[in-house]
Amino acid sequence: MSFTKTDLLGLKDLSKEEILFIIETAEKLKEINGRDVKKVPTLKGKTVVNLFFEPSTRTRTSFEIAGKRLSADTINFSASSSSTSKGETLIDTVKNIEAMHSDIFVVRHAFSGSVKFIAENTKANVVNAGDGTNEHPTQALLDLMTIKEHKGGFEGLNVAIMGDIEHSRVARSNLWGMSKLGINVRLFGPKTMLPEHFKHFNCKICSSMEEAVENADVIMMLRIQRERQSNLLLPSLREYSKFFGLNKRALSLAKKDAIIMHPGPINRGVELPSILADSKQSVILEQVENGVAIRMAVLYLLSLNKKEG
Amino acid sequence: MKYEKEILNAHELDNILTRLTFQILEKCTDFENTKIIGIKRRGAILADRIREKIKQFKDKDIEIGYLDITLYRDDLTEISEFPIIRGTEIPFNVKNKNIILVDDVIFTGRTARAALDAIMDYGRPKKIILAVLIDRGHRELPIQPNYKGKYVPTSFDERINVKLKELDGIDSISISKNIK
Repeated sequence: MSFTKTDLLGLKDLSKEEILFIIETAEKLKEINGRDVKKVPTLKGKTVVNLFFEPSTRTRTSFEIAGKRLSADTINFSASSSSTSKGETLIDTVKNIEAMHSDIFVVRHAFSGSVKFIAENTKANVVNAGDGTNEHPTQALLDLMTIKEHKGGFEGLNVAIMGDIEHSRVARSNLWGMSKLGINVRLFGPKTMLPEHFKHFNCKICSSMEEAVENADVIMMLRIQRERQSNLLLPSLREYSKFFGLNKRALSLAKKDAIIMHPGPINRGVELPSILADSKQSVILEQVENGVAIRMAVLYLLSLNKKEG
Repeated sequence: MKYEKEILNAHELDNILTRLTFQILEKCTDFENTKIIGIKRRGAILADRIREKIKQFKDKDIEIGYLDITLYRDDLTEISEFPIIRGTEIPFNVKNKNIILVDDVIFTGRTARAALDAIMDYGRPKKIILAVLIDRGHRELPIQPNYKGKYVPTSFDERINVKLKELDGIDSISISKNIK
């Protein structure tokens, strides 16, 4: 297997084999994070720029750590201090940073498609770290890696994704990935957060939480993306928690060894009560740990492929 | 057209490994502090075999680790084949240990250098001894093995093909060259 992609924009663009290859590479790289000297010289001399036009702590830190573990020089660039706030165009900003001989851009932006636009206009390799409500591929890859660690494989697993599906780029990336890997996906959430077009993903839209979690191997709760809603789509958080938050009773319908996932940060008491978020079934911190390995794998694999021209 | 000639058969390969093992044993008395590390993939298989021979001749079971040097290569973007990471498994602490480092072929010395760098990242060993099956010359770095099974003078465009039962179904070492 060889990986020929020069950018990682979403799981939509990857084949099943490419998804599995990234996960397998990450599994091998994970060992580095447990060493005393958590560093290999692989990307020595490469410059990775985290271009975050939207606030983020964990994803940016995860990419920064991943780059540093591979000995790349990682530089963070945030929107508040960028020239885009002074009126410079996005492409001009990117071209300027590219002119400083940057090798890889890790980009987060509030607009869907913006990362693809950047990738088409730069010679650097581009990784999508979340674009609007479109995709967040590394998050989905780390979710899949965590599922594989617990379930051994993907084919035939029942995964319930619940919550604010409409605004979730994590859900969208997972849907692309999971449908390619033969996972049965069920979606459940408030009707206002579950638009029609999700039916095209060949997943089951459930009308109750019970229907979604029954016999599930994995329960993935999503965060309410209040910052991405133009109008408030739910009457109150309390009501959301009551009807769409996971509870012990609902969890008891899933398989005994079902795992609970959440892309973080959790709104404690809304999507998940602390008793479940901190329970043995919760793999939330393992997801964070695997995030570094997945991002190391992505940076490593992309760095092997130069863009033409 | 390809020219290929066998230089070691299964029997000769086994004899050379036995001799290498005895050479190592002559210098090695402190079995508690000695560990073997094989460089993936074929060096790891040879390391397994040397470990078995030590068990057979000295009744000592030496701990073994397997090293993938892909992440330590200095030519990552220049190599023709896609570098697949196979993973490192070193289940012991290398600090203050005598390490027997095993590989199948030594050529430019870059693999051995990468392996030394990788081991150092795990801790500071007391000593590293390099044992290789075939030395084909053409060193680009000042690195020499402590023990070598066979020196095979080669031209730069020749290849040494190491086939081992565990991976290739046969034990055989050959030398080959593409002829125009």
